[in-house]
Amino acid sequence: MLKKLSEHITYSIFNLEQGSRLADALLFFIYDTIKIFLLLSIIIFIVSVIRSYFPPERTRQILSHKKEFMGNIFAALLGVVTPFCSCSAVPLFIGFVEAGIPLGVTISFLIASPMVNEVAVVLLWGLFGWKVTLIYMSTGLFISITGGFIIGRLKLEKWIEEYVYQIHMGQGQEIIKKTLREKVQYAKVNTKNILKRIWLFIIIAIGIGGFIHGYVPENFLTEYAGPQNPFAVPVAVALGVPLYSSAAGVIPIVYALVEKGLSIGTVLAFMMAVTALSLPEMIILRKVLKVPMLGVFTGIITVSIITVGYLFNIIL
Amino acid sequence: MEIKVLGPGCPNCKKMEELVKKTVKELNLDVKIDKVSDIPEIMKYTMTTPGFVVNRKLKHSGMPLPSIERVKKIIKEEVEL
Repeated sequence: MLKKLSEHITYSIFNLEQGSRLADALLFFIYDTIKIFLLLSIIIFIVSVIRSYFPPERTRQILSHKKEFMGNIFAALLGVVTPFCSCSAVPLFIGFVEAGIPLGVTISFLIASPMVNEVAVVLLWGLFGWKVTLIYMSTGLFISITGGFIIGRLKLEKWIEEYVYQIHMGQGQEIIKKTLREKVQYAKVNTKNILKRIWLFIIIAIGIGGFIHGYVPENFLTEYAGPQNPFAVPVAVALGVPLYSSAAGVIPIVYALVEKGLSIGTVLAFMMAVTALSLPEMIILRKVLKVPMLGVFTGIITVSIITVGYLFNIIL
Repeated sequence: MEIKVLGPGCPNCKKMEELVKKTVKELNLDVKIDKVSDIPEIMKYTMTTPGFVVNRKLKHSGMPLPSIERVKKIIKEEVEL
């Protein structure tokens, strides 16, 4: 049905000749755009409804009863569905530590949240298929769980700023209760907000895809950064670490790189580095973590991402 | 009446502050809006910014921001009390 609709738009409304290059590119563009926006709206809406059941206060409650390891797994999973904006990272961190949640578990949460989320899932699914999506998600969670677990085992509590332990949260902290109708309303507003924020990136991604599909020769970059080059993964990750973008923002670049012949493992590692680690995030976290701790944090995640990148390249 | 907007200074917190200011103006109230960026002070109420506090009670926290109608309703309820 979607196919028919896009064909109708391409051939009847734009009046292009069937089989011509431009028509092919436009058809591809229209079809993908409709498909991805449909997917996005549905999935973001569903995830938003789930999210409304897990405000950070509730996540904190759940995690405060968990021991290490199981706690890391729960934290990574909850990181996917618990909403918070990057400027809440500091109060969240303090709130978690204050509730007695182990440092490593808190870190698992902080790594997973920006890296694995519904927007990343839909975009990868729409552009690369379910297999790549599944691999991205599972390795993303794996990195969050093990990264947090290792940091927890290293007993680095001495590298948390002292004042964190002196803050006491107010007694009257309760979760603002929402009715089901308010939850659906919240989900609608959230879906609209997210789409408003990312639609342009997606159009660009699909546009690049459609254009490159028809015009630029495939394997354009393979020579330099294909699976044969052992340095491709670390270089991509090193480039990605200081960059800051949400999953939606990095997707156009990712798509273009894959179309030009970069191997998928290298590109997914790049995407993870961009979303999970960034300079602005480090500056925010510096308020609660001392510099050596930030170094360990960045180091462990970087190494895990590089490893995963190689793994992708071998199995895909 | 006492109104606080909690946020360390991200774009969303600024939007929240503007939203509350606009609402107060539209309702013709003479209330000072306190912008709180001190983390320990924020933590007394919530972990997720932006936060919106009226008369020491947390009325909203986190994203997405409430609509202006919602903010109006919250403030009106508190005025009537």
